[in-house]
Amino acid sequence: MTAPLNLLWLQSGGCGGCTLSLLNAEQPHLLAHLEAAGIHLLWHPSLSRESGPEALAILAACAEGRERLDILCVEGSIMTGPQGTGRFHMLSGTGRPMMSWVLDLATRARHVLAVGTCAAFGGITAGGGNPGGAVGLQYDGDHPGGLLGPAFRAAAGLPVINVAGCPTHPGWVLDTLLALSLDRFAEADLDPFHRPRFFADHLVHHGCPRNEFYEFKASAEKASDQGCMMENLGCKGTQAHADCNTRLWNGGGSCLRGGYACVSCTEPRFEEPGHPFAETPKVAGIPIGLPTDMPKAWFVALAALSKSATPKRVRENAVADHAVVTPAVKKTGLK
Amino acid sequence: MTTRILGPFNRVEGDLEVHLDIDDGRVATARVNSPLYRGFETMLAGKSPLDALVIVPRICGICSVAQSAAAAQALRSLMGLEAPSNGLLAERLVTACENLADHLSHFYLFFMPDFARPAYQHRPWFPAVAARFQALTGSAMNEMLPARAEFMHLMGLMAGKWPHTLSLQPGGSSRPLELAEVLRLVTLLRGFRRFLETRLFGDTLENLAALDSLEALARWRHGRTGDLALFLDAAEDLGLDRMGRARDAFLSHGAYGLFPDGVWEEGAAAPLDPSAIREDVSHAWLAGDTRPPAQGETRPVADKPGAYTWCKAPRYAGRVMETGALARQMLAGHPLIRALVAERGGSVQARGLARLLELALVLPEMEVWARQLKPGEPWCAHGDLPESGSAFGLVEAARGALGHWLDVRQGRIHNYQIIAPTTWNFSPRDEGGVPGALEQALVGLPVEPDDPMPVVVQHVVRSFDPCMVCTVH
Repeated sequence: MTAPLNLLWLQSGGCGGCTLSLLNAEQPHLLAHLEAAGIHLLWHPSLSRESGPEALAILAACAEGRERLDILCVEGSIMTGPQGTGRFHMLSGTGRPMMSWVLDLATRARHVLAVGTCAAFGGITAGGGNPGGAVGLQYDGDHPGGLLGPAFRAAAGLPVINVAGCPTHPGWVLDTLLALSLDRFAEADLDPFHRPRFFADHLVHHGCPRNEFYEFKASAEKASDQGCMMENLGCKGTQAHADCNTRLWNGGGSCLRGGYACVSCTEPRFEEPGHPFAETPKVAGIPIGLPTDMPKAWFVALAALSKSATPKRVRENAVADHAVVTPAVKKTGLK
Repeated sequence: MTTRILGPFNRVEGDLEVHLDIDDGRVATARVNSPLYRGFETMLAGKSPLDALVIVPRICGICSVAQSAAAAQALRSLMGLEAPSNGLLAERLVTACENLADHLSHFYLFFMPDFARPAYQHRPWFPAVAARFQALTGSAMNEMLPARAEFMHLMGLMAGKWPHTLSLQPGGSSRPLELAEVLRLVTLLRGFRRFLETRLFGDTLENLAALDSLEALARWRHGRTGDLALFLDAAEDLGLDRMGRARDAFLSHGAYGLFPDGVWEEGAAAPLDPSAIREDVSHAWLAGDTRPPAQGETRPVADKPGAYTWCKAPRYAGRVMETGALARQMLAGHPLIRALVAERGGSVQARGLARLLELALVLPEMEVWARQLKPGEPWCAHGDLPESGSAFGLVEAARGALGHWLDVRQGRIHNYQIIAPTTWNFSPRDEGGVPGALEQALVGLPVEPDDPMPVVVQHVVRSFDPCMVCTVH
């Protein structure tokens, strides 16, 4: 058994939601999970005992190379404002901008994880004109760069691993940590936005329980309707990269299962879709955001065909908040 | 007189710095700095009003649903909607789930680990408390984390996920439940009850909720096992019932149709008058003047003489207020909480006890609400947004009163202002120089000259269950 990996977790321009999501880990619970993955928490702002000078001593030891830093996790975007000073987040007790701490620590770490879309790309904190100057660790929206710059490589050779999501699924973080711990994570395991491919090679659409409505383009028109939310309610599940509907959240949920649209929170710049989140932008009545890899003409042709073939049950249930027409019961036995 | 800068405080949800002036071994003055500014209010301006439902939960990962609920309530009022019974029950269940889970996280993960510090190793209660609550390794983690995660299955069922749901809508809930799902809900609430009764309280929720005096609490405690009893052991020995008093003025927006809104001052309750709320920016790195939140503004200025935080200073009729579970239970008139405050004032112990008491008070109500859900009946009302108008939403997060003020013009958000619970509790001084609630509560605490991070200061800070990311937003 090799020595556990030392993990240091920092929070900056975010909401803490990725840590809170991590607490939802189950079978086993978070701390047992970390132990089983061979992870030793040097310090975590929500979980560790150390405050004040005790905590700063741990950070300083890592920054100065006196403590081995295997994994640096950063949650929240990096606040560079105002005017590049970083004063929108000074790490308390230090009189020093958090962005300067992150720079120092990232150069010492064997691996750097951006936990959540804020840390990866800027995220929601970079929305609305980005008043705080929020950037990701190695991306500013979809542009390589961010705090550390496009050429950055952590000591073990990988770029920043973007465990995107708003919030991240606990499994995305824990699987990444376990893969690192088992030395089973290489650059080829990252997608073009440096997200772990084990979740980013899926689409949110996969496993959506509204699939029958999607097949027939039987669309929801308002919140609480059961139909597919792609045509009218802004759902980006057919384009967004994540395994939300096969991995599932909080014992069996997902955004789509919760009755609301996927806002593609694992994608760079999801925070500024250019349209109201819960409305599908259309041209001539056709949604402009069609499934990622489907030819548009075929989609339109199939949609027209499937709409005309929609069973009454699917059509009527799509705009109701419960099954108003139940599946027919055949009295002759199923064949 | 010496000055000390304390930070970072971990286990406070976000970043916090406290400046103390110490005179003759006691805190003479305190200044509280909320060091993170993100600018959510600025981001919201110009957006479609319903976009607030996506953006505001992301202010805070721990009060995410409360932020949703405040926005949904403001939009509901703006649209003139009335949510159907199922929608209101769903909103209550989801909000209560977040708040109770937060109470649990606060007690086990944020607050109690401080009593497992080596500084207390010679206290009689230390071995039991340390074994149970040591950060990261205490035995309670093995029970509390699974119990919390299973309780949060309510979110998977009714809100898709937590944090950052979009299920709470102006007209109710986007997530209708079928009968089988209602039954799952009833079952998972029973599971959480079992954890609370066997591990936290060592008694039924009903017996705990019925404690009505200090004498009743003392009798109940005698020979009791469970995590609450361990807390009471430490609290009595350390005098937590006389530690961390602010000014015993409390404000609540009211919650779940169960606890009323109101303010408590000088021993009496009065109804809440939202028009009495103002935000002062005299000691914040913000430009502008004192305004009601509906006309509020948020303009950062990093260099401002006399300023020491990004946090505004909300005041009610010009006065400092404390908010949180203690405030809710003072206004709800819970006899044990009223007795504690009458006898010894608001304190670290009273705040902690009020939170745990809410677990016992609210879970049985959740069981009732779950049984009132009616699959097949409506969950969400629908309507149109007006082109212009203003509205507000006042809700309770676990840690206290949360308000959103919304002004819509030409179909877009013109102004959006937020006052979060910890904005009240951790506010800086106002233009009259009056310190905020925590700043008052820290004054007088004994501080050893060579202690760089006094644990009593940490107890008082964490007794407010601060959420720093909400505070400035």
